[in-house]
Amino acid sequence: MDLRDLYQEVILDHGKNPRNHRFPEPHNREGRGYNPLCGDKITLRLQLDGDTITDVGFIGQGCAISQASCSTMTEAIKGKKLPEVEELFSKFHTMLTSDDGSDDPDALGKLAVFAGVREFPMRVKCATLGWHTLNQALRSEGGEATTE
Amino acid sequence: MTEASPIAASSPAAFDVQRVREDFPALHQDVHGKPLVYLDSAATSLKPQSVIDAVAEVYARDCANIHRAVHLLSQRATVRFEEAREKVRAFVNAAKKTEVVFTRGTTEAINLVAHSWGRAYLREGDEVLVTELEHHSNIVPWQILCQQTGATLVVVPMTDRGEILREAFEEQLTERTRLVAMAHVSNALGSVLPVAELIALAHERGAVVLLDGAQAMSHVDVDVQALDCDFYAFSGHKLYGPNGIGALYGKERLLEGMPPYQGGGDMIRSVTFEETIYNELPYKFEAGTPNIAGAIGLGAAIDYFSSFDAHVVHAHENAVLRYATDAVESVPGVRLIGTAPGKVAALSFLMDAAHPHDIGTIVDSEGVAIRTGHHCAQPVMEHFGIAATARASLGMYNTTDDIDALVTALRKVQELFG
Repeated sequence: MDLRDLYQEVILDHGKNPRNHRFPEPHNREGRGYNPLCGDKITLRLQLDGDTITDVGFIGQGCAISQASCSTMTEAIKGKKLPEVEELFSKFHTMLTSDDGSDDPDALGKLAVFAGVREFPMRVKCATLGWHTLNQALRSEGGEATTE
Repeated sequence: MTEASPIAASSPAAFDVQRVREDFPALHQDVHGKPLVYLDSAATSLKPQSVIDAVAEVYARDCANIHRAVHLLSQRATVRFEEAREKVRAFVNAAKKTEVVFTRGTTEAINLVAHSWGRAYLREGDEVLVTELEHHSNIVPWQILCQQTGATLVVVPMTDRGEILREAFEEQLTERTRLVAMAHVSNALGSVLPVAELIALAHERGAVVLLDGAQAMSHVDVDVQALDCDFYAFSGHKLYGPNGIGALYGKERLLEGMPPYQGGGDMIRSVTFEETIYNELPYKFEAGTPNIAGAIGLGAAIDYFSSFDAHVVHAHENAVLRYATDAVESVPGVRLIGTAPGKVAALSFLMDAAHPHDIGTIVDSEGVAIRTGHHCAQPVMEHFGIAATARASLGMYNTTDDIDALVTALRKVQELFG
C-alpha cells in the first residue's frame, strides 16, 4: 500500500484549494451531505436547465478526500446532461468498490485519480459523499444525504 | 483501586512494561508491513493471553448455562461466573456482591438506570444534570427519559481546557435536580472530573449520582464506597477484558427500590399468568442467559490488572502521557484539544495541515493505530468548534517508543500535506 496512490497530487491540490467552492447564483437545486462517521459536511447547489447542469458549487468541510472528490465532481459535471452525469457516477462508484476497479478508467478523466481509494475501504465513503449529495440535490427531496 | 483494596495490597508486582507487552499477543503483529503501534485503548484495550485463555476455557470445558442445571458443567460455570462477580465487587470496593449487576457494558448499565430508576422516580419538572463533556451514551438515554417523563436535561458547561469546575456544577444544581449523570474520566479529552466533591454537593441537594466509568477503570482509582456514588457503570473491554460484558454497581437500597429492566428467565422467582415474583438482587436485573464467558473473562482481566500495583501502572501511563504531550505538541501546526490538569490516558489533537481523517489514514500506513472522529462526544467537538479530532490513547503496554513512532508518522503527514 502506497500512500501516494491515495493522496495523488490532484487530490492534495483539490483538497487544499477546492474548485467551485461557492454557491452559484441563480440555483434551483440544493443537497446537503453528512458523513456521521467523521463529521464531514457538504452543501451543494446547482442550476439545472432542462436536463443540463449549467452551474454547480459547494461549501463544506472535511477531509482531503471528501473535499477533493466534491471539487473534481463539480468540474466534471458542469455543462453535462443528467444521463451523462448518472453514467459518470456509476463508473466512479464501480471504480471505488468493485474488485477489479473500473473497466473504463479513461471515461472518468480526472476522476480516475481516486482509483487508489479502493485500497482504503474505510475511506470510500469520503470519496462518494459529494456524489451522494449530488444525487440528493437532483432528486431535491430536501433533507440530507448521508453516507450511511 | 485504592490503597485500601485487598487485591492491590496483597499482590504488588514490579512494573516492567516490556514484560507486560509479552502478555498481549495482538501487539506482536505487523500492519501494512510495520510493527503495530496501538494507541487506541480508549476505544478498546487489547487483551492479555490470560483473558483470551479464560474465555476459551469456558467454551472448551465449562460450557454450560448457569443457575440452572444440576450437572457438573453447569455447576462449574455458575461458580466461575459468581467468582467473577466477586472480583468485580472487590475491584470497585462495593459493599456487597449483590450490588454488582452484569450488563453488556457501560451503555447498557446506563440505560438500565434510565429505564428502571428513571421511569419509576422521575416526574415532570425534575431535572437530570449531565456535563458538556459526556459521551453520547451518557446523554441520549437521559434525553429519551426526559422526553418520556417531562423532566428537563440540564448541562454543566466545561472550560476551554476541558474541565468541569465545582462552581459551574453548583450553578446548575438546583432543588429540582433528581439525578446527576457524569463521566468519571472524559473519553474524548482524558479529563478527570472531581467526582468525589461533586457527588457530595449533589447529595446535599438530595440528588442521586451515576458515574460513567467506562474510561476510568484502568486509569484512576475506583472505590464506589469512598466516592459514595449511587451508581457506577463500566465496560470490561476497556479494562483488558472481553467485549460485550460490563457491570452496573448500584447501592442496594436503590436497586431494591427499582423495577426490573428486562423480563425473562433468571430474573424471576416464580411465574404464573396471574403473578410473577421477581428474583432477588442482582438477578432481578439479569434477565436471560448472560455473557457467561465474558463475565469470566472480565474476572480474568481483573486478576491480570490486579497482579500489578495499580498506582505503579497509573504512574507509568502518566509518564508516557506527559512524554506524548510534549512530543506531539512539538510537531509544527499541532493544536492539543483538552488540556485539563491531571488528565489521563488520552491526547486529542488537530493539525493545521490535515483533517483528522487524513491523519488517521496516514499514521495507520505507518503501523500506528489512533482514533479519529468525534469520539461519540459531538457536544465536546461543538464546544471547540470542530468536527473531529485525532486521538492517541494509552494502555498499560504503551511506551515512549510508541509515541516516537506516532510523532514520526505525524511528520509524514506534514511532509505529504505541508
